[in-house]
Amino acid sequence: MSRTEAGFDDTAVVSARGLKKRFDSFEAVRGIDFEVARGEAFGLLGPNGAGKSSTMRMIACTSPRTGGTLRVLGMDPQTHGPAIRARIGTVPQTDNLDMELTVRQNLQTYGRYFGLSRAHVRDKAVELMEFARLSDRADDEVQPLSGGMKRRLAIARGLVNDPEVLLLDEPTTGLDPQARHLLWERLFRLKQSGVTLILTTHYMDEAEQLCDRLVVMDGGLIVAEGSPAGLIEQYSTREVLELRFHPGTQTRYVSAVEDLAERVEVLPDRLLLYTKNADATAARVSERDVRPLSSLVRRSTLEDVFLRLTGRTLVD
Amino acid sequence: MTEGTPPTRIPAAGVPHARPAVAGRPVGGGPLLRMLPSSSYAGLSFRLVERSVLLYSRAWLVLVSGVFEPLFYLLAFRVGFSSLIGDVTGPDGRPMSYVAFVAPALLVASAMNGAVYETLSIFYKLRFDRLYDAVLATPMGTLDVAIGEISWAVLRSGLYATAFLGVMAAMGLATSPWALLLIPTALLIATAFAAIGMVCATLLRSSSQFDYIHAVVMPMFLFSTTFYPMSVYPPSLRWLVELSPLYHGIELARGLSAGTLDPTMIGHVGFLAVLAAGGLYVASRRIGKLLLS
Ligand SMILES: Nc1ncnc2c1ncn2[C@@H]1O[C@H](COP(=O)(O)OP(=O)(O)OP(=O)(O)O)[C@@H](O)[C@H]1O
Ligand SMILES: [Mg+2]
Repeated sequence: MSRTEAGFDDTAVVSARGLKKRFDSFEAVRGIDFEVARGEAFGLLGPNGAGKSSTMRMIACTSPRTGGTLRVLGMDPQTHGPAIRARIGTVPQTDNLDMELTVRQNLQTYGRYFGLSRAHVRDKAVELMEFARLSDRADDEVQPLSGGMKRRLAIARGLVNDPEVLLLDEPTTGLDPQARHLLWERLFRLKQSGVTLILTTHYMDEAEQLCDRLVVMDGGLIVAEGSPAGLIEQYSTREVLELRFHPGTQTRYVSAVEDLAERVEVLPDRLLLYTKNADATAARVSERDVRPLSSLVRRSTLEDVFLRLTGRTLVD
Repeated sequence: MTEGTPPTRIPAAGVPHARPAVAGRPVGGGPLLRMLPSSSYAGLSFRLVERSVLLYSRAWLVLVSGVFEPLFYLLAFRVGFSSLIGDVTGPDGRPMSYVAFVAPALLVASAMNGAVYETLSIFYKLRFDRLYDAVLATPMGTLDVAIGEISWAVLRSGLYATAFLGVMAAMGLATSPWALLLIPTALLIATAFAAIGMVCATLLRSSSQFDYIHAVVMPMFLFSTTFYPMSVYPPSLRWLVELSPLYHGIELARGLSAGTLDPTMIGHVGFLAVLAAGGLYVASRRIGKLLLS
C-alpha cells in the first residue's frame, strides 16, 4: 500500500483519522478512525443516535467536520467539496425529493445540478426509472407516490452521475421485502462493476449480505471493526439457544441457566444463551426443569454481535 | 437472496471508468470560478434557474399576469392624476408632466417588489421543501444556490420592466434613447433587493414574520421620492430617504428617462452594487449556516 506524506493511504476512497463532529455542546462523533478501500462495500452499524448519519454527512461533504482529518477520493471535503460531490452519489436517511417536479423531472433536474448535458440526463432518467421500477409513474408528481416508491426514486437519483462512491443512509428502510431483495442484488452488481458502497443499516441480515467490512458505532465511537464473519467469530459464540417465555417472566430463569452458557442476553420475551453447542445446552436446560414456551437452536448472526456490543449483557 | 428476481438491467452507472465524456464533470465555469471560494461555488448556478423555468413553463399565465400590474398603475396615473396635477419640475429643472415624472419610479418600484417577494418565497423551499439540502449534495455550493435563485428573481423582474418600458414608450412617456437604460437600472435594483430578500428569507422563523418585511417595503415604496421630488422633504430628513435603496434606483431611472445624466448617478449605481454584492455574500453564508451543519 502506498502512503502519502500526510500518512493517508492514497488507494483509500475514504480515510478518516480522529474524525469528530460537534453540534454546539454535544459531540455526536468523538474521534473515529477508518478507511474504505476502492471497490469495497463498507457498513456502519450502531444504535439510534450512534453518529452514523453524522459520519455519512461529513463524507458526503454536506456537513463540515469539527475535528480530525478526512479525505474523500484523496481530497479534503473542506476545500474540495464540489469536486468530491461530483464523483459521489448520496442517498440521505430522509428523502428530500423535489415535490414540485415529476418523477422524470426529479432525475433530470438533479442530473443537471451535476453539470450533465440535457441529452445525457434524458437517457439517464429513463434508465434509472427502469432501475427503480417507476417507469409507469414517470410523469406523475412525486408527492402522491408511496413511501417505498419515493425511497426507490431517492436511490435512483443518487446514481444519476454514475458515482464512483455511493453513500446510502438506511437505503432499504420502508421498502417491501421484494424491493429490498431487488435493491440488494443491484447494489451487489454496482459493487462488482467497481463502485464503492458505504451504507448504514439497522438490518443485520442486510449488513451480512452486502458488506465486506463493517464498523459498529456506539455513542460516537467505533466499538468494533471487521468482516461480518470475523465479527461473529470474535464477539459471539458459534451457536445460540433461544428460550422464549411469556413476556416479563423471562428474568426468573436467568439464574437457573446462566452457568450453562458463555453469555446470556435478556430480551423482553426471551433469553439468548451463547454456547458452542446449542443442542447440548438445550438438553441441560431441560434437565433443570426450565420449561420455555418454545426453544430454538441457531447459528450466531451479526444481530448477536450487535446486541453484545451495543446492548447490555448479563454474563460476560 | 436473489432467487426469483427477474433479470435486471443494471444502469450504466457503476462503470466509473467507462463514462460518457459529458458525464461526471461539472461543465459550468466562467471567470467567477477563479475568483470565488471553490468550496461554495461550482459555476452551476444557472442550473437552478432552469428548474424555475421548468416550473413556470407550466404556469406561464402567472408570469403574464404580473405584467398587468404596472400597466394598471400607469393607466390610473394617466387617466386619473394627470388631469388633477399639472406639470412638476423634472430632474433637469424643466417642467415635465406628472405621469412622466412618476412612471420611471413605478418601473423600479415594481422591480423591487417582484424581486423581494420572489426571493422571500425561498423561505418555504428552505424550511419545508428541503430543496436546497438536495441541491447541496451535488457539486453546487451555497453561492451557486444564492446566485441561481437571485438570477431567477432578477430575470422575472427584468421581464416586467421590459413590458413596463414598452407601455411607457407607447404612451409617449419615454422619449430619450437613454430610457433604454431603465432596463439595466431595473435589473440592478432587482439584484439588490433579491439579495436582501434572500437574506431575510434565511432569517425568518415563521411565515407570519413576512409582515415585518411588508412593514419595511411599503413605506419605502411610498417615501423614496416615488411620487414627489426630494425637495419636498426638509433637509434634516433627507439623509433618511437617501438610506433607501429604492431612492437610488428611482433617481437613476428618473434621470435616464428624462435623458439628463449627471455624475451623482455613479454614486447611485455604486450604492446599489455594493448592496447587491453584500447581500449575495451574506445570503450564501446564511444558507451554509442553516443547511451545512
Ligand atoms: N443538526 C444537528 N444538530 C444537533 N444535533 C444533531 C444534529 N444532527 C444529529 N445530531 C445529534 O447527533 C447524534 C447522532 O445523530 P446521528 O443522526 O448521526 O445518529 P444515527 O447513528 O444516524 O442514528 P439513527 O440510527 O437514529 O439514524 C444524535 O444525538 C443527534 O441528536
Ligand atoms: Mg441516521
